[in-house]
Amino acid sequence: MHNEFKVVEGDFANAGKASSDIKKTLKQLNIDNQKIKKIVVAVYEAEVNAIAHAYGGTIYVDIDQDKIVVVIDDVGPGIPDMDKAMTKGFSTASAKVREMGFGAGMGLPNIKNNVDELEIKTEVGVGTEVKMVVNFQ
Amino acid sequence: MKISEIAKILDARILVSNSNLDSRIKYGFASDLMSDVLTLDEEEIILITGLCNIQTIRTAEMANINCLLFVRNKQASEEMIELAMENDMIILQCEYSLFRTVGLLYEKGLRPVY
Repeated sequence: MHNEFKVVEGDFANAGKASSDIKKTLKQLNIDNQKIKKIVVAVYEAEVNAIAHAYGGTIYVDIDQDKIVVVIDDVGPGIPDMDKAMTKGFSTASAKVREMGFGAGMGLPNIKNNVDELEIKTEVGVGTEVKMVVNFQ
Repeated sequence: MKISEIAKILDARILVSNSNLDSRIKYGFASDLMSDVLTLDEEEIILITGLCNIQTIRTAEMANINCLLFVRNKQASEEMIELAMENDMIILQCEYSLFRTVGLLYEKGLRPVY
């Protein structure tokens, strides 16, 4: 099963729509509730990140019998220092992002805690691709 | 603690109540930081917050939290109410400060997550 969602820069009103859609699909597929929560928390954090930091992008969702693969591919500033970005408490978020209840430097560590595989490819001035895999078993 | 009891203790208004007000809440968690809410494993939680925007509802949706309480009479928008109803949530609103709200519920026996 394949699905795609657009990410629009600064569009906080729609942050979470992809995660919400994924949650509904996984429920219909009778995936374990705790598993669904892990997946949607990771995707939601990644969606918020993309909306907050990138200029736009696409979320690709692929679900098969064994796993879900979500790739968020954005055009944006990229991440200059990955180690810093993965450090709890480090954030470059704007005041607007903080007003939304995010931007405390917990996003990437939260994502890492909830997925089985996390791969981040980034190039400064070009963009970032975040690939998350969660196995159902 | 029943949600109806929580509403009574806080003299709270019920903004959305698609679900049963007699359902029970195990833990209270107070935060304005949504990433912190998203770290919780526990469910059957009431999220007590002063952060009142669409992401508060989205965060509750992702974290499987069905009951929210806005302090200081924070007003939920129509869009927030609609999303909460779609997800069968209960939303309460009280005029007390976050500090007083949490103190009252703790005193009456609502347990903290940590």
